[in-house]
Amino acid sequence: MAKYSVVGKRVPRIDALNKVTGTAVYSGDVILPDMLYGKVLRNPHTHAIIQRLDVTKAQALEGVKAVITASDVPGYQSRSPLLLAEMPHLAQEKVTYAGQPVAVVAATSIEIAEKAVDLIEVEYEELPPILDVLESMKPETPPIYPDLYTNFIASPPSDEDSTPSNIAYHMVINRGDLEAGFKEADLILENTFRTQPVHHGYLEPFAAVASVDMGGKVIVWTQSQGVFTARQMIAAFLDLPASRVNLVPVEIGGAFGGKSFLALAPLCALLALKTGRPVRMEMSRDEVIKAARPAPGSVTTIKMGVTKEGYITAASISLIYDAGGFPEMSHTMFARGNTLSHYKIPNLKIEAFDVLTNKVPVTYYRAPGTPQNHFAVESQMDLIARVLDMDPLQLRIQNIAVEGDTAPSGEILPKVGYKETLERMAEYLKEKGSLQGDDQGRGVACGFWHGATVTFGAYVHINIDGSVTLVVGVTDVSGSRTSIAQIVAEEFGIPMESVSVVVGDTDTAPWASPSVGSQTIYSLSQAVYRACQDAKEQLRHLAAARFEVEASGFEFANGRLIFQGDAEKSIAIGSLARYSISFRGAGPVVGRGSIGGLPPAPSVAVHAADVEIDKETGKVKVLSYAVAQDVGLAVNPLSVEGQIQGAVTQGIGWALMEGYQFDQGKVQNDTLLDYRMPTATDVPMIDALLVEVGSDSGIYGIRHVGEPPIVGALAAIANAIQSATGVRIKELPMTPEAILNGLKEQNKS
Amino acid sequence: MTSIRSIDRFEYRAPGSLDETLDILKTSGTDAKVLAGGTDLILQMKQGLIRPSLVVDVKKVPELNRLEWDEVGGLHVGAVVPLNKLATFPAILERYNILAQACSVIGSAQVRNRGTMAGNICNAAPSADSAPALLCLGAGAVVASSNGARSIDLNDFFVAPGETAIGDGELMVEIEVPTPPPHSAGCYIRHTTREEMDIAVVGVASFLTLSPQDKTLKEARIALGAVAPTPVRAHGAEAFLTGKSVTPDIIEEVAEKAAAEANPISDLRGSAEYRRELVRVLVRRTLRESCSELGLIE
Repeated sequence: MAKYSVVGKRVPRIDALNKVTGTAVYSGDVILPDMLYGKVLRNPHTHAIIQRLDVTKAQALEGVKAVITASDVPGYQSRSPLLLAEMPHLAQEKVTYAGQPVAVVAATSIEIAEKAVDLIEVEYEELPPILDVLESMKPETPPIYPDLYTNFIASPPSDEDSTPSNIAYHMVINRGDLEAGFKEADLILENTFRTQPVHHGYLEPFAAVASVDMGGKVIVWTQSQGVFTARQMIAAFLDLPASRVNLVPVEIGGAFGGKSFLALAPLCALLALKTGRPVRMEMSRDEVIKAARPAPGSVTTIKMGVTKEGYITAASISLIYDAGGFPEMSHTMFARGNTLSHYKIPNLKIEAFDVLTNKVPVTYYRAPGTPQNHFAVESQMDLIARVLDMDPLQLRIQNIAVEGDTAPSGEILPKVGYKETLERMAEYLKEKGSLQGDDQGRGVACGFWHGATVTFGAYVHINIDGSVTLVVGVTDVSGSRTSIAQIVAEEFGIPMESVSVVVGDTDTAPWASPSVGSQTIYSLSQAVYRACQDAKEQLRHLAAARFEVEASGFEFANGRLIFQGDAEKSIAIGSLARYSISFRGAGPVVGRGSIGGLPPAPSVAVHAADVEIDKETGKVKVLSYAVAQDVGLAVNPLSVEGQIQGAVTQGIGWALMEGYQFDQGKVQNDTLLDYRMPTATDVPMIDALLVEVGSDSGIYGIRHVGEPPIVGALAAIANAIQSATGVRIKELPMTPEAILNGLKEQNKS
Repeated sequence: MTSIRSIDRFEYRAPGSLDETLDILKTSGTDAKVLAGGTDLILQMKQGLIRPSLVVDVKKVPELNRLEWDEVGGLHVGAVVPLNKLATFPAILERYNILAQACSVIGSAQVRNRGTMAGNICNAAPSADSAPALLCLGAGAVVASSNGARSIDLNDFFVAPGETAIGDGELMVEIEVPTPPPHSAGCYIRHTTREEMDIAVVGVASFLTLSPQDKTLKEARIALGAVAPTPVRAHGAEAFLTGKSVTPDIIEEVAEKAAAEANPISDLRGSAEYRRELVRVLVRRTLRESCSELGLIE
């Protein structure tokens, strides 16, 4: 692999100092003159018809400037609210989950806004809630929405036999001959696995500030994983052209997929339009947990057949995701590319459903839907290895997909490093040696993530002092500004300090897709690279004109251009920039780069968890943890290791202690005390073993990095628990009580 | 389910002496609240569970800042002494190990910088970590009003969840803990899902005093947290153990009896059945550890 001078180096994040000193500006830090404060009235019922909604008393309260309900939303006039995805749905005729917004108030203080919310009168007629996905799927279960049809949301399909359904999305993939495949098998295992909704655990609660200028433009400050998509969404909600909305970037305090959803900004923008004054809104932590959308719970049934030599002959899997009270975000869509994709399986069936229930709606979370399906698949692989008495890594190595294989989606696998990653882990574990303690166990699991690919633009300005300014519209959720600064420094041969990365607003920055799907650095780096090449080409021509030589002969080193190694024909990029903007100059050097959808560069992360169980209380201690992952090329290994460690920490929480607890569909554990996430004392040092099998498509060989390392964690922990105790847990979270119950069952039998 | 909202306007006073504090409490009526560390009070105000019109911050009252120990008078912990200060107080480290253990697991390090032991027991949560240890140590609460002071035996202090024997107009001044007798040992162990920043699913304290002559137990105290409406002593288990020479079988039997005495509920943090099981496990563990410290078992 080629060596670089800045790319591949461990560099501290360029945003770190502002963040640790508290000077970074987040949504909640924006304060404007004459600002009003908004507050949401949330429905307390799981499922109910709104019989009467009266806001007159609230409107009459002194200091209240506006009260809005669904009838005030311009975007609802022309289309079904179901189509305004990833935004709060102000209730119309009925409420479909506890916590759904019913009305929003803007007032001169937050105290008045809260009082006004208390004065809104709503009469509900409660309906029987539908809480279980399996129940909800039954044809005889009444549909939660009378106008919702499977895969044809809110528009009845032409097929006259179709009836409204609680199955929002349905997807099936069939390959080979399933029946024949199972006949070939010497061993067939079938199991069902369940998970509960989990929260991302981002530190920063949702907040938004919106104002309207004299020209009627709506300006919004809010955390969003994609400011351009947020602009489109808010414009649709307000029924305005996108050019009437400007999203100003602010720092984002953790997102993990949860902040494509705009929990407040559309409401805040509408209040600003109604009142003509700036409006600020912020969610309390309990609102974030109850109403800002977790990842879905799931029921997954997997049947797998293998030969006695441990080769998979057939597999069928049914994935049911609990969509909650709104159908807008399809996890089925992700199941297509991320289920049973990393093994060679000649005969298979994948079926996935997003099913409505009267619970909090869900959203994306780090590799959406994929940790849930891997909990089933990778637990199943472990169970098979046990029956066959095979090394669990060996079982995976001999079934792993390789370049040229066809994935279940039909895609032909490009160059991948799955096998190398498994072998790296095998080597690591061999060196580490086996566990000694009686109550200790080791579990391994793979985590696959296909990765998204999207579009980005980038501008590069060459400054007269030789520094370079990069302008992008990306939301930095994971250190992306630092990594792209490294690329600019590399390309011009300048130090990192000479690169400034500016994230523009949606009026000034080039288009940026949302920072989702592990694609940000993978895709954005190409746009940045191309912008650099464009600027370099312009500089070469300026230098060529100056020295009267061929432009193609110039190389870049240490911020200078040099013609075929001739020190006499060398000039600093800053000098060229200065001449270019002078009165007789050629005009400023502005590099432009743009990237369309790249082919994906999928990745596998291999997990190994060592745990110790207190067999009297069921409590799990994670002793050590390692992840080997093919990252292609780690632009900033510090950042990549951080991604892996953060993802595993979230995975450990999901496996052992996190999960929404409902009472009749209402979230009970809505504090950070009872929605328990691990602290530093619950997580060991996580070893990140970076494997670098460069991709064919990413610049420098970059691959998707951020999501793969959470995917395998749930099964790795479950497999380790079985190895320590003999107890197989098929439902998350694997609480001490659940493990102790498993041990008791085991003692009985 | 909780819901965080703005705190209503309230009057704030920070008296500089005990007399001034008691005067204020005498005239202020029942919706005045006393603020020490505030780690429970402010949260309850944000949740709208209480809406005091007056908050009396007693952190500047000298009498409430007392932290003293002597052999005869025992330990005196003023109502506003932060928990982290207790965990570094030499007399507590040397003589009240059980208390140091309990106080070092409440909340988080940040909470312990503000929160107080008096607050922990005044909040009267069944799961209060310091309560089982204090019950075992025979602690008392000194409360005062403009009519004078009185001491409440901690056994009589907890009335119901969130409810104590402190009367209207009365102020918690300090907790007094007698010096543990010679040949005694105890410990507090709790079970939580998360290592830190958690609330006990069950907490157990055991405290044993040995008759050095015949190696029998002169006195045994066992207190349980989070398995009844208040922190409780397991009197039956204690009575069974007192006077006996400890054997592994006896420890098993005591653990069994304590589990039978517990009256847990099922909630978000664990089922009643699991809690009962934890009582069995933790009583066994605290007894083993105390016995081992007394040199009774390996």
